[in-house]
Amino acid sequence: MALEIRRTAAGLQIDLTGEWGIRDVEAARAQLAAIDLNAVRAVEVSTRDLTSLDLSGAWALREFLKRVRAGGAAVSFEGAPPDQLRLIDETLKEPAASAPAAAPALKPGLLEDIGEFAVHGWRNALQALGFLGRACVTFAASVTSLRRLRPTSIARHVYETGITAIPITALIAFLVTVIIAYLSAQQLRGLGVDIYVVDLVTIGVLRELGVLLTSIITAGRSASSYAAELGSMQLNEEVDALTATGVDPFEVLVLPRVLGFVIALPLLTIIADLVGLTGGAVLCHWLLDMPITQYVTRVNESIAPTTFWVGIIKAPVFASMIALAGCYRGLQVRNSARELGHKVTVAVVEAIFLVILADALFAVLFMKMDI
Amino acid sequence: MRNPVIEVQGLVNRFGSQVVHDGLDMQVMQHEVFGIVGGSGTGKSVLLRSILGLQRPQAGSVRIEGHDITRASEAQLRPIKARYGVAFQSGALYSGLTVLQNVQLPMLEYLDLEAAVLDELARLKIGLVGLNADAAEKYPAELSGGMVKRAAIARALALDPGLLFLDEPTSGLDPVSAAAFDELMLFLQKELKLTVIMITHDLDSIFRTCNRVGVIVDRHMESDTVERIVDHPNPWIREYFHGERARGARIAAGLPDGAGHGA
Repeated sequence: MALEIRRTAAGLQIDLTGEWGIRDVEAARAQLAAIDLNAVRAVEVSTRDLTSLDLSGAWALREFLKRVRAGGAAVSFEGAPPDQLRLIDETLKEPAASAPAAAPALKPGLLEDIGEFAVHGWRNALQALGFLGRACVTFAASVTSLRRLRPTSIARHVYETGITAIPITALIAFLVTVIIAYLSAQQLRGLGVDIYVVDLVTIGVLRELGVLLTSIITAGRSASSYAAELGSMQLNEEVDALTATGVDPFEVLVLPRVLGFVIALPLLTIIADLVGLTGGAVLCHWLLDMPITQYVTRVNESIAPTTFWVGIIKAPVFASMIALAGCYRGLQVRNSARELGHKVTVAVVEAIFLVILADALFAVLFMKMDI
Repeated sequence: MRNPVIEVQGLVNRFGSQVVHDGLDMQVMQHEVFGIVGGSGTGKSVLLRSILGLQRPQAGSVRIEGHDITRASEAQLRPIKARYGVAFQSGALYSGLTVLQNVQLPMLEYLDLEAAVLDELARLKIGLVGLNADAAEKYPAELSGGMVKRAAIARALALDPGLLFLDEPTSGLDPVSAAAFDELMLFLQKELKLTVIMITHDLDSIFRTCNRVGVIVDRHMESDTVERIVDHPNPWIREYFHGERARGARIAAGLPDGAGHGA
């Protein structure tokens, strides 16, 4: 795109040449802006050598002509003015007239922010409570009938969140136990009490690590998949379709996921416990030259009757929190793909946070109960 | 002047053992409105995807303004893709962006514009498709079906393309909105000198807007002017244009209603 400028007695003669397209709008604007309009009384535009002019090119020309007219000069065209200019005039005429002046937005003060935060927090808490309540009521209503509990659906979720998660949970449990055992072995060997490595590993894995690690891994895995699945169903109006069919989405979507996960997580925890103890055995054998039989004996000695149960009892609680967080956030998705991503993130973060918070509460509880 | 803008030759598309297209030919001339018609499952969308370079055909060539896109790399396709705009069936507006941002996205990707220019040009496109200034700030979820279709066209026109693809532009619209949409399309086609290729089932829309129609039958395409295609010997095409639903549309378009003559 190019233009040629000649000064004539009356003012300027501008010849537009070549292609005026969107790709060259910036260049055209720069060229047009550089034209000195001082003492120019008339501008004549020639489009004879113009091979093509698209809307954006015409827009750049129109902006220039506006400036010319604002300076008091007359605009004329050699031949007919391009159609595109008329089209832009017609298009931009209406919105300019109807666009209302936006009211100046008040800058919120700190107090207002705090208030808004509190109100939002309160509403969210109420919503979450409502969700939990509805889940409980649906459970109470469905628990009497096997058909309404949907065992096939539950089985599917046990498979997807439990069985397919076995390799990764086992691997993590193994590695983390090895790390713990290695660290404690380094510290305790200097004191000559290597045997306590076994106690540390056993109690650590059974009481805390087994269930906590499994919960955190599966929170990342399953809370996100629940939230994403329900969220895209929500976007696709599938949840509305269920409701319109007279099927309670809580009964067919939320409950099987929660129940499936409540079944799967304790089983995963048992596997994690077993693999963790195996990891401890492997490390003790290789690093401390401890015979496997001695390790097993020591494990048996260090376990109190409650040790295993203190760990495993937490699993269903964590499971229901993770599954509920995923479903709750998933069903909140509205309107956009960005919202889906946001809610999935929130679901995972909340699930992990809730698990750790509950674990802390359990620790306090067990301490009070002296077990 | 009369070079085809789009030339499809011997297109073959196969999915496993299912042959969708077997030597399909299609030509679209400059400044015409070309309608693609076919029964469900005859591969209208597959054809469109092949032309848009979203899918590589097993054989055959697709030329857009002379460039064979079936043999082009992604990098070679990029400038070609800037020359056409596509409005997808359900709009496919980016749900996390406002209408204005949706229209600006192609401009941002391809051009280096000042923010004010970007804004003005995008608003120009939005005004052009008949959306008001308020709609520009809305998110796709807040728009009605007709507005989504218009916004999709505004986005398709973002880079001032010469070629516009429309996938079922009037589907899901009420008859009044659909008629208004036809008029909008004719207006844009005339004012911006566009070449328009549209997939459609809307007979009113075909008779009102199309110059030529290509019908996909038996994995090939039969194309002709609207006046002539209605009397094509193929039974499916006859049924399509002479069925009960077609009569009203033909009468409305001022064509013979086909009841008195024919075979």
